Amino acid sequence: MEPIIAVEHLSKSFKKRLAVNDLSFSIAEGEVYGFLGQNGAGKSTTMRMLLGLIFPDKGAIFIRGQRFDNSKRHLLRSIGAIIERPDMYGYLSGWDNLKIFATLTDPNTPDARLHEVLEVVGLNGRENDKFSAYSQGMKQRLGIAVAMVNKPDLLILDEPTNGLDPQGIAEIRNLIRSLSKDHGKTILISSHLLHEMELIASSMLVLHRGKKIADGKVNDLLNPAQTLVEFAIQDTTIIMDQLLHSAWASTLDQHAADALVFKLHPDRIPLLNAWIVEQGGRVKGIRSKHSLEDYFLSITHD
Amino acid sequence: MIKLLWFELYKIFRRPRTYISFGIVTAITSVIQLAMLSDGESFVNFAMQGINEQFEIQGRIMNGYLIGYIILQSLLIHIPLLVALVAGDSLAGEANLGTLRLILTRPISRHQLILVKFISSFIYTTLLIIWLAVCALFFSLWLFGTGDMINLKSDAFILILKDDLMWRYGAAFLFAMLAMTTIASLAIFLSAFADNAIGPIISTMGVVVVLTILSNLELPLFNLVKPYLFTTHMIGWKGFFDDPVPYEAIRRSCFVLVAYTIGFLGMTMLYFNKKDIRS
Repeated sequence: MEPIIAVEHLSKSFKKRLAVNDLSFSIAEGEVYGFLGQNGAGKSTTMRMLLGLIFPDKGAIFIRGQRFDNSKRHLLRSIGAIIERPDMYGYLSGWDNLKIFATLTDPNTPDARLHEVLEVVGLNGRENDKFSAYSQGMKQRLGIAVAMVNKPDLLILDEPTNGLDPQGIAEIRNLIRSLSKDHGKTILISSHLLHEMELIASSMLVLHRGKKIADGKVNDLLNPAQTLVEFAIQDTTIIMDQLLHSAWASTLDQHAADALVFKLHPDRIPLLNAWIVEQGGRVKGIRSKHSLEDYFLSITHD
Repeated sequence: MIKLLWFELYKIFRRPRTYISFGIVTAITSVIQLAMLSDGESFVNFAMQGINEQFEIQGRIMNGYLIGYIILQSLLIHIPLLVALVAGDSLAGEANLGTLRLILTRPISRHQLILVKFISSFIYTTLLIIWLAVCALFFSLWLFGTGDMINLKSDAFILILKDDLMWRYGAAFLFAMLAMTTIASLAIFLSAFADNAIGPIISTMGVVVVLTILSNLELPLFNLVKPYLFTTHMIGWKGFFDDPVPYEAIRRSCFVLVAYTIGFLGMTMLYFNKKDIRS
């Protein structure tokens, strides 16, 4: 099946800083695709290029097989987006804001559709309040309503849970899941909350300093074979020499004076523990690090 | 496009600060009218001192037409600032608010957006000039009555009969609209470069002030560039109160102002069409 988005060798520099470096990826229809990366990794820049806000220096973007820069206006009709904060006109009501942005895409958007999306995002009854009076969570939900009001196939949501409290994050997470599951939307999402990504995304791409360093299904990326295990040891120098000349050397990921981190299958943890003890190491604790966050930190570690 | 323009105007006229300009025009004209009501006769007598010695003048000199003209002379210097307040905010304000990126993720072209910003600024400018006409001329006529108008110049005085005045005011206001549209297009152009409205508003006024000084300095060096500065032509409306009306000079001024307006608009489109939206 043709991917809904295909990006080929995309690059963008701002003055001398390379923000996105030869980035290629594709997103299948119906996927919730996550962009993962630290601040300045190039997530927002990539999303802005996908929306025509920023012009790439090199590379090409295809949406449903059509080159984006050739059919931008036509293709934007099928995309809904929030980039960074969902900023709108504070002196207008939620309804007015929704109406304005809906009409920019389709001048014939019926009021019934506005009520429908307000219902989906849980803002019915608050639509006449001024946008400036909304809480951060309500602003985010109105942003999602604006993004989906024209029934786009593809939603691009840049940090949609930013600045929300835990309850707000859970609400947005459920909303995004529902948009994918119940409404069949393809969603491209970025977030700093890595745990959120783990809970929301089906596939993801890890960006570091503008470069792709991993991509694939979230389940595959979190394969137990990739599990990181941290051994807290009183003094690692005692066993370091033997370790580097042993078969375990290839599994060593990071080392410090009081801890060693290995990348290995969980079944092998008891064997490694026994070996360290045998070499005279004093193991104070063992911690399995299998979250996406740990994975992210391990692969972006310089 | 029409819908986009409608919403642009809706945004402008729902924003409380839009009305500050109308308030300022009302306040200044009212203050001048009150001052003229209380002490206008002595002011006019002082201004007419030299003329009274040589001519016998009968009738009502201090009338609505003269007061309107005095107000226009003093207020048209400040109107560019009021125009820049809205036009300078048009793109930079959206960038500052963060709404520019949301607008541009919608299927509208950047050319369309610039054009809509320009048309809405033109409509705002037109309404402001109409309001100025109402306050400066019609309120003055209501307060001071009608009569022939004496236009005092440094080297002459021109008497314009009252039946010959209304069309001159109409033409002067139309000319002022064109001049203020040039200011609006300059403010929009500067607004395209900024992510904060203060910069373009101050820059617009800076450009206007500097060029106005150049336009008024009687130095040979500046005489070469003066005919090409839009500020030299912004006061062309005064020509409608001359006798005979210098139509050729007014036509030339209109041409220069239109050329600047188109130039600013074109440069805005060229720049903004390639601009990365990072705000």
